This record gives sequence, C-alpha cells and structure tokens, in this order.
Amino acid sequence: MRALYPFTAIIGQDEMRLALLIAAVDPTIGGVLVFGDRGTGKSTAVRGLASLLPPMRAVCGCKYHCDPGANGSGCDDCQERGREGPLPSELVAVPVVDLPLGATEDRIVGALDLERALTRGEKAFQTGLLARAHRGFLYIDEVNLLEDHLVDLLLDVAASGENVVEREGLSVRHPARFVLVGSGNPEEGELRPQLLDRFGLSVEVRTPQDIATRVEIVQRRDAFERAPAAFAAAWQGEDEAVRAQIEAARRLLRSVDVPTSIMEQMARLCSGLGTDGLRGELTLMRAARATAALDGATTVTAEHVRGVTPLALRHRLRRNPLEEAGSTARIDRAVVEAFGA
Amino acid sequence: MPDAKTASGAGAALSDADWAAAIVAMDPAVVGGVVIRARHGEDADSWLRLLRGLLSPGTPVRRVPGHITDDRLLGGLDLAATLAAGRPMVASGLLAEADGGLLVLPLAERVAAATAAHLAAARDLGEVLIERDGFTCRARARFGVIALNEGRDDEQPPANLTDRLAIHIDLAASPPTADAGALSTLVDRARSTGADVTISTEITEAICGAAVSLGIGSLTASVFAVRVARIAAALAGRTAVAEDDVILAARLVLGPRATTIPASPEQPEEQSAPDASDGQSADDETTGELKDVAVEAARASLPPGLLAQLTACANRSNATGAGRSKQPHTASRRGRSVGVKRGPPSGGARLNLIETLRAAAPWQRMRRQNDRPGRVEVRADDFRVRRLKQQVAATTIFLVDASGSSALHRLGEAKGAVELLLADCYVRRDQVAMIAFSGRGAEVLLPPTRSLARARRSLADLPGGGGTPLAAGIDATALMVEAVKRKGQAPGVVILTDGKANLTRAGTGGRSVAEEEALTAARAMRLLNAKAIVIDTSPQPQPQAARVADALGARYLPLPRADAETLCLAVKAQQDRRGA
Repeated sequence: MRALYPFTAIIGQDEMRLALLIAAVDPTIGGVLVFGDRGTGKSTAVRGLASLLPPMRAVCGCKYHCDPGANGSGCDDCQERGREGPLPSELVAVPVVDLPLGATEDRIVGALDLERALTRGEKAFQTGLLARAHRGFLYIDEVNLLEDHLVDLLLDVAASGENVVEREGLSVRHPARFVLVGSGNPEEGELRPQLLDRFGLSVEVRTPQDIATRVEIVQRRDAFERAPAAFAAAWQGEDEAVRAQIEAARRLLRSVDVPTSIMEQMARLCSGLGTDGLRGELTLMRAARATAALDGATTVTAEHVRGVTPLALRHRLRRNPLEEAGSTARIDRAVVEAFGA
Repeated sequence: MPDAKTASGAGAALSDADWAAAIVAMDPAVVGGVVIRARHGEDADSWLRLLRGLLSPGTPVRRVPGHITDDRLLGGLDLAATLAAGRPMVASGLLAEADGGLLVLPLAERVAAATAAHLAAARDLGEVLIERDGFTCRARARFGVIALNEGRDDEQPPANLTDRLAIHIDLAASPPTADAGALSTLVDRARSTGADVTISTEITEAICGAAVSLGIGSLTASVFAVRVARIAAALAGRTAVAEDDVILAARLVLGPRATTIPASPEQPEEQSAPDASDGQSADDETTGELKDVAVEAARASLPPGLLAQLTACANRSNATGAGRSKQPHTASRRGRSVGVKRGPPSGGARLNLIETLRAAAPWQRMRRQNDRPGRVEVRADDFRVRRLKQQVAATTIFLVDASGSSALHRLGEAKGAVELLLADCYVRRDQVAMIAFSGRGAEVLLPPTRSLARARRSLADLPGGGGTPLAAGIDATALMVEAVKRKGQAPGVVILTDGKANLTRAGTGGRSVAEEEALTAARAMRLLNAKAIVIDTSPQPQPQAARVADALGARYLPLPRADAETLCLAVKAQQDRRGA
C-alpha cells in the first residue's frame, strides 16, 4: 500500500477542503463537484480525506456494510436478521471507491456472478461499485469524460439512495447512499448543464499564482515523492486533529440551530440570484449548518452562510455565456446585498 | 547548437536527447516520461535504441499500438483460458506488464482519447484499476511513457497525457550525439552510488519563478523540473542540484511548455521578480539571477516556429492543444458501445463475450450432462453482440463578420446569436470553431473545441473594425471544413455577415472585385458539400448576403426578421437534417 499524500499537507485550495469536510460531516449534502486546472491536487484531496475519516461501525458479513443502528434503512438481509435482535458489528474503514474510466455498467450496478453461474449454475448477485460505496464516497476523476448514461445512472442512485438492479433475470435492490465526488478539467469538455445542479456543492480550483505558495507546494510534493512514509508520518498529528474536528462536528450537527432571520436572508439571497427551485436553499442551509458544526458553533451565523454561498449556489445560476466575470462575481454581489459588506 | 557546451561533470558533450535518455533510464516512472517530436521514424528508433541500452537489464518495454483495445491495455477476460477452465479467467494488460519499465506510444498524436485517459489515470495512481466485464482488479503499474509525436504541426498528442510527461524534446533540433558507451558509464555510476541529491530552497524558487515567467500555469511542470534537475545532478556525480542542472531542467521541461515569451533579460530585473515581498533581500538577488538563467535556457530551447507563433498570437496559444479532437474521430468510425443485443457475431458485429457467457451461464448444468465438466457450453442462442451507436460528431464552424460595417450595426446581436447557438452546441456536445474576418484579414479564433469556456473567451475578444474580406473568410472556413471532414466528423457552417465584401484576397479595396471573389470562394466551398446557413446581419435584408447564400447552396436567414430564438431553431433544424 502506497502512502497517501496527507489531506492537511495540501496548501491553499481552502474552498475545496471546506467542501469535502462539509460532505464528510453531512453526507446528505448531495455530492461535490470539483472543476479546475490540472495538477491542483483534486484527486489528492479526495483520497487524502478518505484516509483520515474516522472508521464506521458496520454489520458483520453484510455485503453492503450496513449500519447496525439504522432502523429500516439497511439492506433486506440486515432488516430481516435485525428483527431477531441486535446484529454483530465491527469497525471498518469508510469506503472510498474509485470509479475508473472505462468502468462498465455491470460493474457499477452489479450483475450476475459469472463464476458461480458457470461453475455451479447458481444465480447469484455480484455486487458492484455502488454497493461498495454505500455509506462512503464514490470518486470519479474526469467526470466530464464519463459516458453520459453512466453519469445519469450515478446521479439517480445518489439522489434516491437505492440501487435497483433488473438484469439477467436478477431483481435486486439495495441501499446505496454515498457522497458522489466528481472532478474534472473544463478545458477538456464541460459537464452537461443539466447535471451541474444535481451536485450539492461545486468548487472551482485554480493553480495558485504567487511564487511563495508555488515554491512551498513544489517542495512538499518533492519531499513526499522522496520519502512518502516519513512525510505522511510528519503530518499525522494534523490529520488526527481534522479527524477529531469531523467527529465533533458530526455529533454537534443535529443540534445546530438556524435562526429565522438567517433563513430569511438565505431565501432573499437565493431569490436575488434567481436560482431555480428549492434545492439551492436547502443545500445552502445544510452547508451552513455543517460549517457551523465544524466551527464548534451551535448557531448558524451570517459568516457561516457567507463562506458556503459560492459552494452551494455557483452552479445553480442561469448561465450567461457573455459575462466573463462568471458566477462567482455575481454571487459576491448578491451576498453583499443580502448581508451587507 | 547551444546545448552542446552545457554537458557538465562527465566531460562528454551531451545533447538534450542524450540527457533525456539518461534521465529516463535512471528511473522511468519518476519523471513520467518523454514526449518526442520526431519527423522521421528512424530518428525516434535510434533514440529508443539508445534508451534501451541504458535501462537496467530486465526493464520491461512495451509498445502500445494505436488500435489497442481497453481489455488489452487494462487487462480483461482471457477467452481461451475462460473457456478451458469453465470460469472467468483474467489476463493482465499492457499497463500492468510495463510496471517498473516503459510504455512506448508511437503516433501519439493520433492516440484515442480513451487510451490517453487510461495512461494518465494509471500514471497518477501508480496502479491500474479495472472495473469491467464482471471483475475487479488492481495491479501495480508504475511506468514511464515515451510518446512519439510524429504528426504535423497542427496535430498534438492529448494534453492530459503530455502534461504528465516531464520531458519534451525535439529530435530535429537536438539529435542524440553521445556514444552509447560513455552515456551508459554515466548512468551506471549514478545508479551505483545512489546518493541522495539535495535541492536548496533558492533553486526550487528559481524553478518556480522561471515557470511563472514562461507563463506555465500548471504546477506539475515545476515539480517535474525539480525531479529532472535532481536526477541530472546525480548523473553529473553531484550531491546537490547546481546551476547546470537547473539549466538542463529548464530546457527539457519548462521551455517546451512555455506559453509566453518572457521579458528579455536586458530589462531591469526588478520587474520580473514578484517575490520581493518575502523580505529576503540577500537571497533574492541570487534567486532572481538563477531564475533568469533558467528562463534564458528555456528560451533557447523554444523552437523558432513556436516563437513566431507565440509572437503572432500570444493570447491564443496558452490553450492546451487540440489533442481532444481525436475522440469523436474514433467514436464515429467505430461507434460507441451502447449495450448488447442477441445475435450472431457476423457482418462486422463484435461479440460481447461477457454477456454471451452470462446468457449461457444458467444453462450450464443442463447442457453439461453428457459432456466432461469444466467446459462452458455455449449455443448459438447465447451469442450477444455489441450494439454500437454510430454517432457522427458534429462540428459547427462560425464565420463571423467583424468588419467595421458589421460592427456598427449588428455585431452585438450577432454575438448574442452565436452565444445562443454555442449553448445549444454545448448541450448537444458538438464541437464548435470560430473564424472571424475584419480589416486584418481572416483569423481562426478558435480551432474546433468542446470547451464552452474557450469559445466564450474568443467571442468576448472578438476584434472588430476595418474592411470586409469575405472571400478570405470563406476560404479559411473551407479549409477548416476540409480538416473536419478528414477527421470523419460532420461539419456545419454558420456565416454571419452583411455580405458587403470590400476587401479582396490580396488585401486591396474594390467592392465589385471583392464581391465577385467572395462569390467564387462560396461556389468553391459549395463543392465540399457542407451544410451552411448565412445569417444576414445588415439592418435591412440585402441582396449581397442572399447572393452569397445562393452561391454556397446555403439557407439564407435575415437577422432583422429572426430573433435569437428563431435563429437557434433554424440552425437546429439544419443540424438535424444533416444527422439524418
């Protein structure tokens, strides 16, 4: 196993880090889309975050590593067995599943287990990536290069939290709740606009331009390349701190209060920007709440909302191809209008 | 040859090509690989022979043919073994086989986008990850890539691949010179000492500063330059990176990636040193000098053609090349697999093995009764073939009249119309290209691309004013139509003009001559059989634009009567007819 570049050793890219932390605290946020320049540590950040997440409790022997405490949301098997009493469980690492380019549909949703069918003539379901990603992360690098029908499929499952397989005489449904993280480079083709707003948060990453930061990044990467294990060990303390922060935020999340005045301001913000539907407002509220929890605060403040507004709304604005300033500038203006400078 | 005298330490005169071979041979995976520009196959072959001689014995070197299928590249179901064993057997792919060694990619400029993406993904992870055809597999795959770019100047290997390969060299500018024996002594010595080479902060700063001065946005280049400098130092027998190593790294890594011509060193140095804020005045000077040395070295490695190109259109060349345009080419020829259907693999249909086996699986117990076990019984009924969608990728070329007369009246509206059409092309995943003509002549603002961001930028930067060299514009469009057709794509042309040509191809005035030339150009383009629309941008519909449309065999649409929405519908209708 190769050592991973530590999440906390990533320099800059605060927005990307915040978005990923929010998704780790509140997986219902609806996925994160990271778009930007090549070589800005997009995939490094996702993989690094995964390795620092606290382990989770899962039912022993369950193909979908169901949550033993989840009433009614586990797979059929766990629900059946769960009626007779508490299920044995174990601590497992949070799954982070890479969806490689060229993955076929049968491996994503699952299919007839060929080996068992051929050797024993049994009709068995071989789980796919969606099952493996349940309760964890599903990461797609170059999401803009993925076949459209696969992206549709993934977004559907991510939204419904359930994978329904009807193929080769199999009829299987199982829970598949995961945080979809997609990354890509817009120079290689953009994501279809109708897919954009189905991601909860959207991040734009740029290569830092100031020399000092660039030097620091190059030096750290160089140090990591030469001695990965030692480098990772040096950052372990920082990683632990972030892990503790995530754990604390998860405990706190339910009790974070969103004052009515803040709700009104968020509604004004969304209507001012003309975002369609309620999805934007809902995501904005959840993201603000998760940020407050990460801060250790029990009440959402205007500052929390301000920090996550670009993340939650940037990709929901009507596109105006002529406006070169782009959606970020429009959001900044709207935030100033709603909350004052 | 400026590079001959920089050979350091070893006492031998090494060219960039020699250095590149030695550096890659030291550790194929760590520098990602080499992009080699070679006009002739023989040049590349002799360099590859040199490289092979330098590699440690037993290092795998695999060639990736352009038509390689995903299952051979990544690994896949082994048909013979599967049928013999009666259960799925996996064969490893080229990526895994090349672990610890090199993959050679001939004709890299024509490599399929999917192949390039797989190479890039495996380079990033150091392993190959397979989720296909019913199995999951993870295999170590740390390798370097030698991409041979034998294309013409307008053909580039995919940027997502070349970005990940540290060294870019041009064999025509720098052929291998050293005798293999001397080079191999150098490599062996560096290998045997295996000393750790240190690199100071000043040198890292110089490399990063040089990259910024050269307009290289990606940090990957700086990271690679550091690695190359370190290996070069090891080859020269040093334990710390020195100036010579930085110069070499700048030439091999930074120079070829430059997108702007750096300010020449005669200018005051303070101007190009934005890192003065760090309050390290003493160090600053040396860093600045070293940075300039690196920039100068990189400048020297810029091929003369590139310089001219950069000077001519500096704002355009910072884009990432046209590699991606190859994807639809392949797609249109082979079609995209969109599922399976029952039927025999005849008439060119390709058998989908995994689905065939799945269809056969439930019957195995019954069929096997009289036969020996372990063999898979497949009947004709079970055959499943790939269903391919023949999707011809479309490229819509916009020819925009940005002359003074247009600019006065309707350039804004024309831009608005183009935008609407762009948004539509974007949804349909068509490619778009843009050519404008104005007093300065015809200019390709945007080669075919799928990136709306780039199209939007080029539209915003649309220059305006001057005369109307319509003929030159149509000629440029016809050239692009031919290029698009060569790639197997379907071109569509949208011309926005008032048709009032007043500049001839020769650049002289004269309305009647210019209009006659435009009509001739239009008739010539008509022979290319591309669907076209002429949108008349004059305030009142004029006969000139209609005549051009007629000569082109194009549909004529006066803008005054067409609001943006109607325009969009008209273009869509045209595209749909083409698709049928």
